Amino acid sequence: MTLLIEESAPSTQEKAHKARGTVRLREHLMGWLFVGPFALVFLALLIAPLAYALYLSLFRKKLIGGTSFVLFDNYVKAFTDPSFLSGAWFVVRFSLVAIPLQIVIALAMALVLDAVTSAFARFSRLMIFLPYAIPTVIGAVMWGFLYSRSFGPLSDVFGLFGATAPDFLGGNLIFYGLVNVVTWQWAGYYMIILYAALQGIDPTLYEAARMDGAGRRQIALRIKIPLIAPALLLILVFALIGTLQFFNEPQFLRFLAAGTIGPDFTPNMYAYQQAFALANFNYGSAISFALGGIVFAGVYAFLFFTRKRRSFL
Amino acid sequence: MTTGRSGARRAPQRHLPLQVLLGFLVVYFLVPFWWIIVNSSKDAPGLFGGGNTLWFADRVDYFGNLRQLFTYDGGIYGRWILNSTLYAFAGGIGATILAVMAGYGFAKYRFAGRRLSFSVLLGALMVPATALVIPTFVMFSGLGLTNTIWAVILPSLLNPFGVYLMHVYARDAVPDEILDAARADGAGEVRTFLQVALPLMRPAVVTVLLLSAVASWNNYFLPVAMLSDNRLFPVTVGLGLWQGIASANNAGTTSLWSLIILGALVSVIPLIVAFFTLQRHWRGGLSVGGLR
Repeated sequence: MTLLIEESAPSTQEKAHKARGTVRLREHLMGWLFVGPFALVFLALLIAPLAYALYLSLFRKKLIGGTSFVLFDNYVKAFTDPSFLSGAWFVVRFSLVAIPLQIVIALAMALVLDAVTSAFARFSRLMIFLPYAIPTVIGAVMWGFLYSRSFGPLSDVFGLFGATAPDFLGGNLIFYGLVNVVTWQWAGYYMIILYAALQGIDPTLYEAARMDGAGRRQIALRIKIPLIAPALLLILVFALIGTLQFFNEPQFLRFLAAGTIGPDFTPNMYAYQQAFALANFNYGSAISFALGGIVFAGVYAFLFFTRKRRSFL
Repeated sequence: MTTGRSGARRAPQRHLPLQVLLGFLVVYFLVPFWWIIVNSSKDAPGLFGGGNTLWFADRVDYFGNLRQLFTYDGGIYGRWILNSTLYAFAGGIGATILAVMAGYGFAKYRFAGRRLSFSVLLGALMVPATALVIPTFVMFSGLGLTNTIWAVILPSLLNPFGVYLMHVYARDAVPDEILDAARADGAGEVRTFLQVALPLMRPAVVTVLLLSAVASWNNYFLPVAMLSDNRLFPVTVGLGLWQGIASANNAGTTSLWSLIILGALVSVIPLIVAFFTLQRHWRGGLSVGGLR
């Protein structure tokens, strides 16, 4: 912490705070008093584990000969390990399909709910949000049952037309099965964030636009969407962080989709398997750290390229 | 948020095609709930005996199933629910207190190291939480904390997004003039915070509390890694355990599947109740994070 204090001088721009030395010292103290407890937790549970993961990832434990320092060998191994690479490729493909889909649906729903004000619209808003209140693992269980050929309604529905039901728990369809679960789970949450942002727009802007001859669609495209761009960026970042570390849903659906979802289906599952099933904490940490690094770099680069005056960071 | 806006709106807007579209969406979002409500009324034969999977069986037996759920394996399910409640409350309240204090501190005091600490915090928003599970496990196991309730509660105290949300909210909703007035009237910093600032931040406090509690309740990766004693499991990990057992036994040999279905339904009720009763408060708090 001392490092932090020395590195950045107090900003002198705030005129109200250009007070005498004693007042300023008091302000420093009070500031740290409020931020301090969180800072301790932050150091102990975020900085320390990150540093420790980095440390662990530089070693390798052998059955004979104990633990030895191997520098970046674990990373070299990870990036040439087909299990890690296929998992990483899966989450990248998955993000490219699932994230735009969720955001488009959430945006469409938010715009509809902002334009339609009826009792049914208010009811719908809550119902669409409901899946967010469901633990992701329970959501996966629910859909797992719905997909299931033994308990699910799909075979009934397709049976009516004399067709066999698609197996969303097998082969290539598991991809879309999971896209559906994730969309169902998160689209409502993103919708609420966008809806709240839309509600924050000053309605006199619409009045002015209408005077200028803008229709519903033009107001949506030229006023609403640009004004909620920061909220869109926020949910995009959330979705990226969440999707790249995909774990809960596939881990749970493994029980129902045996054979389709292996223990190395996503990088996080692979790290979990290495650490907890094979007690290989060094390699597990390396995978976790590599994944965390990729997510961080990816999101940071993304924010850098989309940087605007009013971005959320 | 909504109350401030409704005055500005004139007549309610009812666009019929859009309402029909909404109707379809609502059906999609509710289908899994409908399935689980219907099927938790069935016993094992009703579940596997064919029949309509989207409608009730001849025999509707919620009470029998509930009794089975809460007595199976010495009533372990009730324990899981209590554990989840404890983890959600302890983690949620703890994380909220830390976030409210830190957010207020960042927003209202110009202290040394503030800018740097705040950029570190913003960077932390991008650190995936699951990347921390394995090293935290190894650290906690060195401290003898794994397989205790602390292994689940302590990590859920960390909520950088909550701090960010509180910072943005406190910056806008708590004017400096009011704080200065309170100070001029002789209130100390702590009293100013508790009696003047805190009431103004209430929507954001409710939002952060709800989001942290839900995150703890929904947590799966952390407890599944940390805990080995099934009496400490939260309900998510417990249901995972049952699902593993039921799948290994290849469906039907036990009535475990019907317990899992009803168990999933029962486990989501507290969250749904929390969201619905608090919904007027949390939505106002959420809007700020997305606007600035």
